[in-house]
Amino acid sequence: MRFLFKTTYDQDIRLFQHPGQVWSYLALLAVMIVAPMVLSSYVMSQFTFVLIYALVGVSLMILVGYTGQASLGHAAFLAIGAYTAGYLQSKGVPFSIYFPLAGLLTGLVGVLVGFPALRLHGIYLLIATISFSFIVEEILARWEHVTNGNEGMRVKSLELFGHEINRGSDYFYYLCLAVLVAAIVLTLNLMRSPTGRAFIAVRDSETAARSMGVDIAATKVRAFGLSAALTGFAGVLYAHKLSFISPEMFTLALSIEFIMVIIIGGALGLHGAILGAMFIVMVDPFLTWLKDDVPGFVSSIASLLGAGAARVKSIEDTTAGLASTAGLKGLIYGIIIMLFILFEPYGLYGRWLKIKLFFQMFPLYKKATFKRQKVYVKTERNR
Amino acid sequence: MTSLFKVENLSLRFGGLKAVDDVSFEVQKGEVFTIIGPNGAGKTSIFNLISRLYEPTSGKLFYEGNDITHVPAHKIAKLGIARTFQNIELFENASLLSNLLVGRHCFSKTQLWQELLFLPNVKYAERAHRHKVEEVIEFLDLQAYRDKLIAGLPYGVRKVTEVARALCSEPKLILLDEPSSGLNVEETDDMSFWIRDIKNDLGITVLMVEHDMSLVRRVSDRVLALNYGKVLALGTHEEVQRHPDVVAAYLGA
Repeated sequence: MRFLFKTTYDQDIRLFQHPGQVWSYLALLAVMIVAPMVLSSYVMSQFTFVLIYALVGVSLMILVGYTGQASLGHAAFLAIGAYTAGYLQSKGVPFSIYFPLAGLLTGLVGVLVGFPALRLHGIYLLIATISFSFIVEEILARWEHVTNGNEGMRVKSLELFGHEINRGSDYFYYLCLAVLVAAIVLTLNLMRSPTGRAFIAVRDSETAARSMGVDIAATKVRAFGLSAALTGFAGVLYAHKLSFISPEMFTLALSIEFIMVIIIGGALGLHGAILGAMFIVMVDPFLTWLKDDVPGFVSSIASLLGAGAARVKSIEDTTAGLASTAGLKGLIYGIIIMLFILFEPYGLYGRWLKIKLFFQMFPLYKKATFKRQKVYVKTERNR
Repeated sequence: MTSLFKVENLSLRFGGLKAVDDVSFEVQKGEVFTIIGPNGAGKTSIFNLISRLYEPTSGKLFYEGNDITHVPAHKIAKLGIARTFQNIELFENASLLSNLLVGRHCFSKTQLWQELLFLPNVKYAERAHRHKVEEVIEFLDLQAYRDKLIAGLPYGVRKVTEVARALCSEPKLILLDEPSSGLNVEETDDMSFWIRDIKNDLGITVLMVEHDMSLVRRVSDRVLALNYGKVLALGTHEEVQRHPDVVAAYLGA
């Protein structure tokens, strides 16, 4: 076990607590940089999606994880970023201008959405953000001379410093990686500054936060603005990655996927956003595998067990039918959410922390370390 | 002795219920002023009015001669009024250190963009805040719990942490809402020493609500007794304890 002897205040202020962390994150970064040279383009494409989802995950961590404000409207923020990019690009604006502009615009919209949040809590705020995302979806479908309506919009591959960066190329992956790393560093900086602590204060006790001099309204609006801006950046990358955007891509289902990123990853820290993003992106390949390979696998087991040819065929058809049932994705999502909330409330990152602690404390690890305490007294009436 | 804080004809109604009914009192600089009274007497309501969580129905609040009746709640800390809560209101899922650093929030001047980039001025400010927080940790003996999550701390420590967080904002007036509730005899003793130290060493005026009469006797300079939102008696603790109305309120006439 590692004992940290603190001799300066800076040890608590620094991004990395000890040299081991510096080395392990450098190693991770090196692996991420070398990955395109080793892995197939299909896997790299999935990696790029992980990076984009992780960016949204980081933005949700700021709003939901740290500030405690629920949101099911992040698909709409993503759409605003994506459409800003698509529209401005078609007007000949270069990437280096429309990328920050898309983030800025989405951030402003986020601030506007933040204002109703000043008066709403929990489930009511959730409903407000859902209605916001419906409004955006509707606007995208109706505002045809900008968004091209339900026909959708083609997004050309992006050009940076005179070079075309194809959506499947390694450079696009590096761009996403750079944006994600920048977003993480900015978020970590914020969380070690007064504003970041104010976010946590608002999450845990608004009453106390107010009495300590935290301006609740300004803090919530900032959290909404920042979170929306990061999602806007993700939207630009998303649009370029897919090369085609249409209103029905940015539905409530996508917002739910985003929320799942942090439920599955665990709302303890930014690690959770990245682990959750990996998990969510892997669901689709898993479904494809379920459709393509499982029926054949099941039927070959059946024939091994001595079933007749007609019987094997019917078993294969039934499994194939089951595996391609409409709504299977929703069912799987539902089951995953339930299992995580019941058995792993701190998500994948929480599990990782538990495993780490188990080895650090071996053989003295106690299960109760991570047990959630029940809190009975809270002054809700001062809200 | 000069007046630091004054309450003038303060009233608070919840519909037909008069929670605070025409209460006036003055807190002198450097004293420990205690408000006592049976349950529901309006003690905490007065605290919530002072820290501006409630809007008074009528009456005025004066602090250092200025009218603060309509100052928003988040600007009260900056003026030098800090408070603790009866039912501990700490930031549960943060470390003790960050809880105390939130107590320094009213002094933060850095801009959002500077914080995002963690420019040198943010870093210097962080060091200065941390230095002040360390002084408070030393004062209240919280060294052992610095990096612990609040959710995992025992009740007594949390109670002290609340006081520490209030002290971090360098107040001139500290409002302690039942500092000894839920503490054992030993912890109550410690609390009484700290309250005296806060008054004598730090020179902070204390306004407190308390039920434990032994603690009230040990630390308070003046006591105000309330019942049903009305002032029953004001004076030293002996005077108040012997006052016939107070005896009637507690024991029944």
